[in-house]
Amino acid sequence: MFALANPKRFMDVSRLLLPWIAAAAAILIGVGLYFALAVVPPERLQGDTVRIMYVHVPAAWTAMMAYGLMALASLLGLVNRHPLADIAAREAAPLGALFTALALVTGSLWGKPTWGTYWVWDARLTSFLLLLFLYLGYIALWNAIEDETRAARAAAVLAIVGAVNLPVITFSVEWWNTLHQGESIFRAGGPTIAPIYLWPLFATAAGYTALFASLWILRIRTAILRRSARVRLAAGDGR
Amino acid sequence: MQFLAMGGYAGFIWPAYGITLIALGAAIALTLRAYLRAKSMLSRIKDESA
Repeated sequence: MFALANPKRFMDVSRLLLPWIAAAAAILIGVGLYFALAVVPPERLQGDTVRIMYVHVPAAWTAMMAYGLMALASLLGLVNRHPLADIAAREAAPLGALFTALALVTGSLWGKPTWGTYWVWDARLTSFLLLLFLYLGYIALWNAIEDETRAARAAAVLAIVGAVNLPVITFSVEWWNTLHQGESIFRAGGPTIAPIYLWPLFATAAGYTALFASLWILRIRTAILRRSARVRLAAGDGR
Repeated sequence: MQFLAMGGYAGFIWPAYGITLIALGAAIALTLRAYLRAKSMLSRIKDESA
């Protein structure tokens, strides 16, 4: 991992990996969502609305994973003072915000037919809305401070402190009474969901993860290219 | 037709999928466009300085 902290090495390795990760994303999401819409049977209690699970749960998982990675990169940036870690953290944020927003919107569209409401201020939904605000605050902080080193440091502190929200989201359905269902997949004693529902969910979730990875890599590559263009211009090239 | 009706929940299921696909598609398009622009900008600067 530390070997990748060299921008040149990152460009070389990511160029080789990116097409495979992107292809995996396309295939996994395509197969997963095809099964979700056309193959998985309507569920006994909630009927066809169970199909919303396949765009809701992977978005939520990816949103939280992205935050964890952003906080980890922020920590590496703070401790090791490595600019590539700061860039990686910064470029994860808009993607994380997108997946968070998708989880909230699709969850809302699932809540109306199953719970009778689009929104409720309970622990799971509120802590997930806080995740969106953490992402937006993080992005705003980067934009508010002009000096890049100082911006990176301030944003990193926010990202690391905000990581406390991740276990709160995870355990919110156990700590508080909530409309949101409890953990039904990664629980002691095995999942409470039948395999025919489960494996398309895992395929889609793996596809979302690969899609996030592809876009993250592309954004980091873009940032590195822009930086070296800036450096060349500042050095008096291209005049 | 029965497929499109989604057991009476079409009004929730299709928007959930539609918003997801539009948002992810837009993210892919915008990310690729920014990447290609940065790439061509850098190669232009390199050409001019060569």
